[in-house]
Amino acid sequence: MNLTKDQMLNLYETMVKIREFEEKAKELMLGGKLAGFLHLYCGEEAIAAGVCANLNDKDCITSTHRGHGHIIAKGGDINRMMAELHGKATGYCKGKSGSMHIADLDIGIVGANGIVGAGLPIAVGVAFALRYKKMDNVVVAFFGDGASNRGTFHEALNMASVLNLPVVFICENNHFGMSTPQSVHQKIKDISVRGTAYDIPGKTVDGNDVLAVHEAAAEAIGRARKGGGPSLIECKTWRHYGHFIGDPEPYKDPEEQKKWLATDPIPRFAKYLIESNYAIQADLDAIKNSVREKIEAAVRYAQSSPDPLPEDIYSDVYAG
Amino acid sequence: MAKKTYIEAIRETQSAEMQRDPDVFIAGEDVGVMGSAFGQTAGLLKEFGMQRVVDTPISESAIIGLGVGAAAMGLRPILVIDFIDFMAVCMDEVLNQASKLRYMLGGQVKIPLVIRSQIGAGIGAAAQHSQSLEAFFTHMPGMKTVAAATPADVKGLLTAAIRDDNPVLFIEHKTLARFEGEVPENDYVIPFGKADIKRAGSDVTIVSWSAMVHKCLAAAESLSKEGIDAEVIDIRSLIPLDRECILNSVGKTGKLVIVHEAVETSGYGAEIAAMVADQGFDLLDAPIKRVAAPFTPVPFSPVLEKEWVVNEEKIINAVKSLF
Ligand SMILES: Cc1ncc(C[n+]2csc(CCOP(=O)(O)OP(=O)(O)O)c2C)c(N)n1
Repeated sequence: MNLTKDQMLNLYETMVKIREFEEKAKELMLGGKLAGFLHLYCGEEAIAAGVCANLNDKDCITSTHRGHGHIIAKGGDINRMMAELHGKATGYCKGKSGSMHIADLDIGIVGANGIVGAGLPIAVGVAFALRYKKMDNVVVAFFGDGASNRGTFHEALNMASVLNLPVVFICENNHFGMSTPQSVHQKIKDISVRGTAYDIPGKTVDGNDVLAVHEAAAEAIGRARKGGGPSLIECKTWRHYGHFIGDPEPYKDPEEQKKWLATDPIPRFAKYLIESNYAIQADLDAIKNSVREKIEAAVRYAQSSPDPLPEDIYSDVYAG
Repeated sequence: MAKKTYIEAIRETQSAEMQRDPDVFIAGEDVGVMGSAFGQTAGLLKEFGMQRVVDTPISESAIIGLGVGAAAMGLRPILVIDFIDFMAVCMDEVLNQASKLRYMLGGQVKIPLVIRSQIGAGIGAAAQHSQSLEAFFTHMPGMKTVAAATPADVKGLLTAAIRDDNPVLFIEHKTLARFEGEVPENDYVIPFGKADIKRAGSDVTIVSWSAMVHKCLAAAESLSKEGIDAEVIDIRSLIPLDRECILNSVGKTGKLVIVHEAVETSGYGAEIAAMVADQGFDLLDAPIKRVAAPFTPVPFSPVLEKEWVVNEEKIINAVKSLF
């Protein structure tokens, strides 16, 4: 599929926005401004950006504990995200969620999740509802290599397969489940082979190549939209930092880390954009600067927002 | 005696029991190379090797299932499910398998396994990483449930758990990780069903467990300045429960306040209250009070979380309302 210049630059901007958001969140966490756990998406931006560029506001996603990238790429409002990270009343979930459970149902973000592998069966249910309502929308379930060993992965793929539902399962294989290397937690190298067990097309792509991700996702999402059923796409990638902020990463081989940092999806795509005459460096700098300003504004918004009131503890436990 | 942190006590107790009994092994996510997120198993892989310290895939059902099968064959697994919230994804293996196999099979098997798991709010980990779900496991005949409030209790209770011939849930509290205390040297076993009077007093009985014990002790100190002498009982073992200790204390004080971090509704405090109402009605000269969390999930926002978790002030107010 040929992308226009604008589409190309949008992909770039999304990736930069995710990176800058995460770097800022890291700084805030280390500066003692944020509570709880923070799992950064740095290094994996091409996946969220490449996949979500194929989705519209009525399409849905389910996300993970490492979810900021998915939410930004799906069009999430960084002001409300930043406010949520700060536990403010103006946050996406009124301060009830923090980093790990952000959602925006208005634009199809059904929610990040603190339970590994929990998003996959929920995505199947969302797809069931979309088809039930005769909509031609699709659902993307993001999850990690580690999650592919949960029973929920297998049950969800099989269920989506037998019900022929419009779900695209996107596995972000960053080669670790917390500290456990992929080679220790499973014998297969390509998680995409697991599609075969459920008669689902499975494909492995370079997850640090945003165009490769975009193309594979476009094909799978297009098929799902037309009633062709679920797909599994494995995107090979690498998280730049530890599992969470504070993880000293004794399990990472410095050589491997160096090798992967050299494939950082953002400079790599920048180089492509310049060499293919989609942009000059000044264009890319301008994108970065404007993103940074928006993120600074988001921090100001968050920090000047009111805290929830003590009685808000009791709100939203039940509906009605 | 030597001063140790809560985490050190967990690590050293496992190491000591693994040295003592070659059938004891550990399995769980990130227990090996990483030594667990909070260091509870640091160094054990190096000490005991990969056969006995098993880094597992993220497959909780298979972790507990592995433990049930291995225990049925005579091994003594220590299974690690980092946060008690995750126990929800392997509940069949705990509820329908581990806890009742022996009974269903007419006593043919023993299931001597330990599940180590953390409860507790207070670090901004939000609703899926902060719950105190101990009561769930007290509703399972065949299962024992214990909770340690100090490093010494970690050693005594965890040693007993590993040597027990039944499935035991050993509950840790995430806010106690760096809590320091004296730990007895050599073999130290705390028999299950023996509560510990952590502070003797004569005016009111406060019953608690896990991290809340420390808040009760702090509240008791404040109360003593106002002339109320509180006795603080750490039950330590929920199943079996030391009823005698609680009833004896209530017999002395006539007043009972039960404090726990879990939501109040259907919390384990209800069981204790019912037991005392039934067996100690005549001992009471005031209603039984419970101090526990509101019936909501744990909110993320530090402002809300602070409000949600039971604090000293709420304990003090509950005690004073009885006088
Ligand atoms: C059911 C469950 N088990 C364990 C955990 C603890 N945990 C949180 S993230 C994580 C690793 C997840 O690895 P992966 O699925 O590969 O995603 P990644 O973190 O690499 O993005 C673990 C073990 C959890 N949150 N839920």
